Amino acid sequence: MITALDRKLWRDLRRLWAQGLAIALVMACGVMVLVLTTGAQRSLTETRDAYYERNRFADVFAALTRAPRSLLPAIAAMDGVLQVEGRVAFTAIVDLPGMVEPATARITSLPAAGDPVLNVPLVRAGRLPLPLADDEVAVSEPFAQANGLRPGDGMRVLLNGTYRTLRITGLVLSPEHIYSIGPGTIMPDDRRYGQIWMNEAAAAAARNLSGAFNELSLTLARGTDPAPVIDRLDRMLAPYGGTGAYDRTRQTSHVFLQSELDQLAAMAFILPPIFLIVAAVLVNMVLGRLIALDRPQIGLLKALGYSTGRVAFTYLKMAIAIGLVGLALGWAAGLWLGHQTTELYADFFRFPWLIYTPGVRSFAVSGALALATVVLGALRAVLASVRLPAAVAMQPAAPPLYSRGFLDAAGNRLRLRQTTMMILRSITRWPGRAAVTVCGVAASVAVLVASYFSFDAMNVLVDRAFHQSNRQHVTLTLAGPRPETVVEAARSLPGVLAAEGAYIVPVRLEHGNRTHLIGLRAAPREAVLTRTLDRDGIALPPPMVGVSMPQLLAEELDLSEGDRVTVELLSPPRITMSVPVGQLMAHSLGQDVSMPREELFARLRSVPLVNQINLLVDTAELDALHAAVKRTPTVAGVVLWSEARVQFDRTISENLLTMGLIYTLIGVLITIGVVYNAARIQLAERSYELASLRVLGFTRGEVSFVLVGETMLLTAVAVPLGWVAGFAFAAMTAEGLSSELVSIPLVVERRTYAMAGAIAAVAALGSVLLVRRRLDRVDLVTALKQKE
Amino acid sequence: MDDAVRERPVFRTEAVTKVYRTGSVEVHALRGVDLALYEGEMVVLLGASGSGKSTLLNILGGLDTPTEGRVFFRERELTGLDEAGLTAFRRDHVGFVFQFYNLVPSLTARENVALVTEIARNPMRPEEALERAGIAHRMDHFPAEMSGGEQQRVAIARAIAKRPEVLLCDEPTGALDSKTGIAVLEALVDVNRELGTATVLITHNAAIRQIAHRVVVIADGRIARTEVNETRLSPAEVSW
Repeated sequence: MITALDRKLWRDLRRLWAQGLAIALVMACGVMVLVLTTGAQRSLTETRDAYYERNRFADVFAALTRAPRSLLPAIAAMDGVLQVEGRVAFTAIVDLPGMVEPATARITSLPAAGDPVLNVPLVRAGRLPLPLADDEVAVSEPFAQANGLRPGDGMRVLLNGTYRTLRITGLVLSPEHIYSIGPGTIMPDDRRYGQIWMNEAAAAAARNLSGAFNELSLTLARGTDPAPVIDRLDRMLAPYGGTGAYDRTRQTSHVFLQSELDQLAAMAFILPPIFLIVAAVLVNMVLGRLIALDRPQIGLLKALGYSTGRVAFTYLKMAIAIGLVGLALGWAAGLWLGHQTTELYADFFRFPWLIYTPGVRSFAVSGALALATVVLGALRAVLASVRLPAAVAMQPAAPPLYSRGFLDAAGNRLRLRQTTMMILRSITRWPGRAAVTVCGVAASVAVLVASYFSFDAMNVLVDRAFHQSNRQHVTLTLAGPRPETVVEAARSLPGVLAAEGAYIVPVRLEHGNRTHLIGLRAAPREAVLTRTLDRDGIALPPPMVGVSMPQLLAEELDLSEGDRVTVELLSPPRITMSVPVGQLMAHSLGQDVSMPREELFARLRSVPLVNQINLLVDTAELDALHAAVKRTPTVAGVVLWSEARVQFDRTISENLLTMGLIYTLIGVLITIGVVYNAARIQLAERSYELASLRVLGFTRGEVSFVLVGETMLLTAVAVPLGWVAGFAFAAMTAEGLSSELVSIPLVVERRTYAMAGAIAAVAALGSVLLVRRRLDRVDLVTALKQKE
Repeated sequence: MDDAVRERPVFRTEAVTKVYRTGSVEVHALRGVDLALYEGEMVVLLGASGSGKSTLLNILGGLDTPTEGRVFFRERELTGLDEAGLTAFRRDHVGFVFQFYNLVPSLTARENVALVTEIARNPMRPEEALERAGIAHRMDHFPAEMSGGEQQRVAIARAIAKRPEVLLCDEPTGALDSKTGIAVLEALVDVNRELGTATVLITHNAAIRQIAHRVVVIADGRIARTEVNETRLSPAEVSW
């Protein structure tokens, strides 16, 4: 049965719908972010795990030069090892019709007999190559799609120095390449980099690896610690040119995916509390005001015999109703956006299918949090009023007392107008309410600064990566180390203006019981094309002696300058040396360690070698260069920096734009929620006063100034506070997101501050103008008749 | 009052009618009022609650518009003005005093008066207005720190500070005890005499009629009768 009290509640709600909605929207944001992020995180994790499971993604990986297949049973017999698969894998140049520049593909062999046991490619169209068909290949679906390739099409691949035309039989996806990036790049470029699967015989023939393998994958029994297995595997593979076994935490695709999932999880912890706190404060403010107006009625109800608890519960129900609306909106938006986000991720990370499981937990948690928030917000306001004895409550509350203070002196000296004094006195009379508005607007400015900051940071990173660190146009990856004379040969390629050799070799650093796999770069003193930058973007001088390494890595290995570190080369000549730590650097991008070239090759007792060539080219002759590179068997891969840049910008800006829009919406909603409610309350409390001003001959504009002026003054105070808080958020974000691969620079552009401030100010102005319209509707005659 | 002054009306209404519609109910607040008010005159509008006197005052003050009929302020037709015109009219020519004072609680007495002097064309100093209303000693107090009578005198000071041509007072003593009410009326009579401001005073208190030059009795939306006081009493001589 609907009681009279419920009817009152319902009518109050209808009357306050706009204010209630504004609160509900703020709350919905918090709930949405929670449901969205946990939903997406959970779904992607489950999808990934299921994909790994079904397609038997390996637990441990190793690369080596060449080992006989007869070694495999011994590896399989190791403790904890379940399945082992040896295969042939290498990188090759692909010549695609209609593409001037060469593409690069990673070629992986399929077992001679039977289906792959580990890292099973999932056929999306067509079929895998037949065991004996040497010219058949399967290609990765994204690569095929980006290049318009279909089963049945032919494709020219540079094998053993000559181009062979291979026929595509199927398109596949692989759990090894959920995030597919080519060597030397950090963003997927599906047009220029992909994977090819071919028969073992054909692949082995191309690399002279018949009866042998150069890559190893294995799965472990549940609960097996990979470390001892990796240790033994390294010892076992050392004679065969093993470059160090590693587990999933160093598998490129897995690492990128995991870091994305970690970010989602972090987001679920940071943002929702902000919204829920703001919502709680708003509930408190609005309900406090409503209850203050209802005081005589509360007294009456109690006089009529309603219990304190019963009356209190009625008002609590109102808060709960607002909370439920926010919750419903947040759930719906979170569910929908969660699905969208998951799909976005699924597109970016190549999953064959998607298990969207938002999970009951995020709904339960957000529901409990949201309701607790509104109840807590309401409780104080409700209890304060409901506790009053009936007789006292039925009396109207005493009028607000203003007091003289520093304002009067200041006001007189500055000759402020009385309407300005009204604004200032209102703020000093209700500092708590003013503080809520200031904090709310500051919070939205901070959210905006922190989110737009990622654009700034990304711009700096991109600039460093593509303009300052890597000033070359093209990087050629060689099939193997070559003497430095190949650099001379590269200079004679068409259009080449300058060529610099580089040498990077995989090493294991060891200090005490800590080890780390990484690339060691031979640093030539005269290098001008590639440079290492520090965190502030300043080029670091080439190391003088010993190994130079990033600060973060040194910390991980517990090293400081002057300590000795054991460096084990994981490719020929595979020596182990003890080298002093020269310089610790705060890298901005990339994590190679380096050593002066002369020192490195002296220690290796070898002539200087190169396995990469960086080229500065005349862009007009780029096509001729591409054609020449496609005919050069020594080149295993090509990175076109200008193309990489375009690709990078596109992917990043799409992602950042989506996130930027969501955060803008979120920031705007906080401001609207706070300002709209504060202005409504102000208008309600002062309509009598403001109507009096109209009667005295003040124009609408002049009267509006009192209402709008207060809001905008508070906004003006809030914006700089928001900037400071936003910078702090940005610093936390930069700190949190900086990884071994990238150190996020803490750069907030002036434009970002300006944008954040302007958006919050416009949202505040819009909200208060919305309320101001009600001022026009105030009937002067009736307003004057009612004393409050 | 000499007849030369009487011949120049400040306000003139022609068959003013006001109908309020709330839903399907029509309330005829005024049913054809013809009235003229002259410079320097003090008129008491007398009538029972709901007789239409407040409606008439609001229409004269430009707070409300008649449903039919015309209202002139000197040569200007108020009924032809839009909202901005009415606002300017109130700002430049009219002083209001209300039953509940309508002071701005966050401003002191002096500041409440300054509120008006800041936007008026030829105002007196706030202190002078407060002096005239006999409340100068409380000028730095907030409304909440003053009694009802004191607040009403601040309201009068605020109303006269712009040197208005007319002063419209709606039940200025309605919320006050008789002693305080008399003090407020004395302030109004003083202003009327010293500044020559035409004053319209609404009351349902018949005793107050004796302080006016003229008494207009309103009943049922019409002017029931008009009385001219040959001899006026000072507020102190009135008792209720």
